[in-house]
Amino acid sequence: MDKKTTPLIEAKDISIAFGGIKAVDHADVDLFPGEVVAILGHNGAGKSTLIKILSGAYKRDSGQILVNGEVADIANPRDAKKYGIETIYQTLAVADNVDAAANLYLGREILTTYGTLDDTAMEAEARRVMGRLNPNFQRFKEPVAKLSGGQRQSVAIARAILFNAKILIMDEPTAALGPQETEQVGELIQQLKSDGIGIFLISHDIHDVFDLADRVAVMKNGKMVGYAKTKDVTKDEVLGMIILGKCPPGATPGPGASDS
Amino acid sequence: MKNTTQLAEKVEGEPIWTRFLRATEIDARLLGMIAALALIWVGFHLYGVIINDFGAFLTPRNLWNLSVQTASIGVMATGMVLVIVTRHIDLSVGSILGITGMCMAIMQVRILPEIFGLGHPMIWIISIITGLIIGTVIGAIHGYLIAYHGIPAFIVTLGGLLVWRGVAFLLTRGETISPVDTTFAKLGGGPYGAIGAGASWAIGLLGCAAVFWFMIQGRRTRARFDFPQRPIWAEGFVAAVSCASILGLVMLVNAYPWPKGIVKKYVAENNIDTPINEIFISHGFAIPVLILIAVGVGMTFLTTRTRFGRYVFAIGGNPDAAELAGINTRWVTVKIFALMGALCSLSAVIASARLGSASAQLGQLDELYVIAAAVIGGTSFAGGIGTIYGAILGAVVMQSLQTGMVLIGFDAAMQQIVVGSVLVFAVWVDTLYRRRAK
Repeated sequence: MDKKTTPLIEAKDISIAFGGIKAVDHADVDLFPGEVVAILGHNGAGKSTLIKILSGAYKRDSGQILVNGEVADIANPRDAKKYGIETIYQTLAVADNVDAAANLYLGREILTTYGTLDDTAMEAEARRVMGRLNPNFQRFKEPVAKLSGGQRQSVAIARAILFNAKILIMDEPTAALGPQETEQVGELIQQLKSDGIGIFLISHDIHDVFDLADRVAVMKNGKMVGYAKTKDVTKDEVLGMIILGKCPPGATPGPGASDS
Repeated sequence: MKNTTQLAEKVEGEPIWTRFLRATEIDARLLGMIAALALIWVGFHLYGVIINDFGAFLTPRNLWNLSVQTASIGVMATGMVLVIVTRHIDLSVGSILGITGMCMAIMQVRILPEIFGLGHPMIWIISIITGLIIGTVIGAIHGYLIAYHGIPAFIVTLGGLLVWRGVAFLLTRGETISPVDTTFAKLGGGPYGAIGAGASWAIGLLGCAAVFWFMIQGRRTRARFDFPQRPIWAEGFVAAVSCASILGLVMLVNAYPWPKGIVKKYVAENNIDTPINEIFISHGFAIPVLILIAVGVGMTFLTTRTRFGRYVFAIGGNPDAAELAGINTRWVTVKIFALMGALCSLSAVIASARLGSASAQLGQLDELYVIAAAVIGGTSFAGGIGTIYGAILGAVVMQSLQTGMVLIGFDAAMQQIVVGSVLVFAVWVDTLYRRRAK
């Protein structure tokens, strides 16, 4: 990555504590256009918390977020969306009892000239986007509660695409998916990269994301162990970072790296 | 029957009944409710015929009165749907009705006549506006406490139930305020508060025209985006049944004449020579029923065609997802409770106008009937599910039970036992239905 360009988003010295437990402890992370950065770590390492701060779901205790080099004021999910940050959550955050089209446009509905919902237009657009993403998807009239995990995931991803996200955060994007759907998500990520979108992938399973990512950032106990370009390190070395907090030679150590 | 579209395509092994429901897109639950209602009506009528030698239930007079009595609960039940859909509850509706009814009565009996003089048309208008504002503000306060301070709706509105009833009592130290303004009184129904035969026919025909307009409009938009159409026979069937019910309703309300005494007075006032026995003046739709219909149409529009409605259901289905999607869930909650408060004051207009007075007890226990109406109408406490027409039908069911038991001479204790049991039974049946539908 060319470090001279301005990062799409840069988080500096982010900290948040829940009742005395430092979930994220002075963590830094950045992302450049067209880049995929995987944030890795065990369950409870603080990676999900960190991205929830970036997406506005949590309010940080301290630290700074810069979007395109300018200080961004992100206090809630609506703020984050204003900066083009879209998030696809681990818990498959879709509204269960409305249909796919309503989910794609939730919060930004298409309105008719009378100010009422234009359901037909939304459904037509939903069919177009979903057709590109998941051509087999046909169940537009049913509440998403009745869809499979993969279908719900594709609804969530379609939602992000539809709103021209500049920064896409995907929390365990493929955890709930079958092999075929996982492959689809992989292709989709390549496509989004070529459009200049920056993507954070969050996972505790290195195999899910290693081949997709340009860089990895590894967290342990709320601290950053280190950063590495995927071409400079092996999977085993990254595993060592995740499990032992040990930084290999190809990586840049962070504050959480063990001294040994 | 030749099938023209996907919706009508035959699926192997599918019973004709399922196919019919799919093609017409009629909700099976709705049919179930109508069947239950029919059972209640016929049951009470036959009970009257057999035990008392006179079936009083299925008469124009009783059904007309039933429609008027349903109006107050029905109006509030439409708002309760939104409250329950977002996983809240409002126990204070009866008390809000009480306080707003009291405020409106004080306005029109004690304050405004001194300013405008008795019978001035501004009196009832300003009174109602005052009531609506007070109701909305009270509801908004409840919503604010629930949404922004995290106090459970159950507690806030339980407090509201006691507080507002107390305030209503304190305002007049328990006195009943009467009589209300004469124009205001018409909003409660009665012979003068009904619109007569001609206007009722006009409204009925307007309703039929609306049915066809929506049908054509629906087909047009579906065609514009190349979506499958409903088969013509299904469209025709739905339209025919809708129009028949609307016109049937008009005939029913027109079949109930003014009582003799009122006619006598009317004849004397207008110097009519025809003998009283030959005069048949229809009631037509009662104004409170028209208010209920208008509220029902308005609320249906709000829930299905606007952003607000979409957000209400999205929040009910998954509050976290709704918040993450960028919906201001707290503000929506405030709006829901404010709307509930406004609907309570509208019900207060109907209830106090019907009685011609406002007492501190007005609307007591209404919260239970309103919640029961919404729940019988298919609103789910799990959130995210509920319809306006369901709640109104639920209100009709509740009122039918009440009226029916009065007609056949059940005493109050028995009525409570039956209503309570029916509520639990209805929800049990609904739970079974939903489990099977999954």
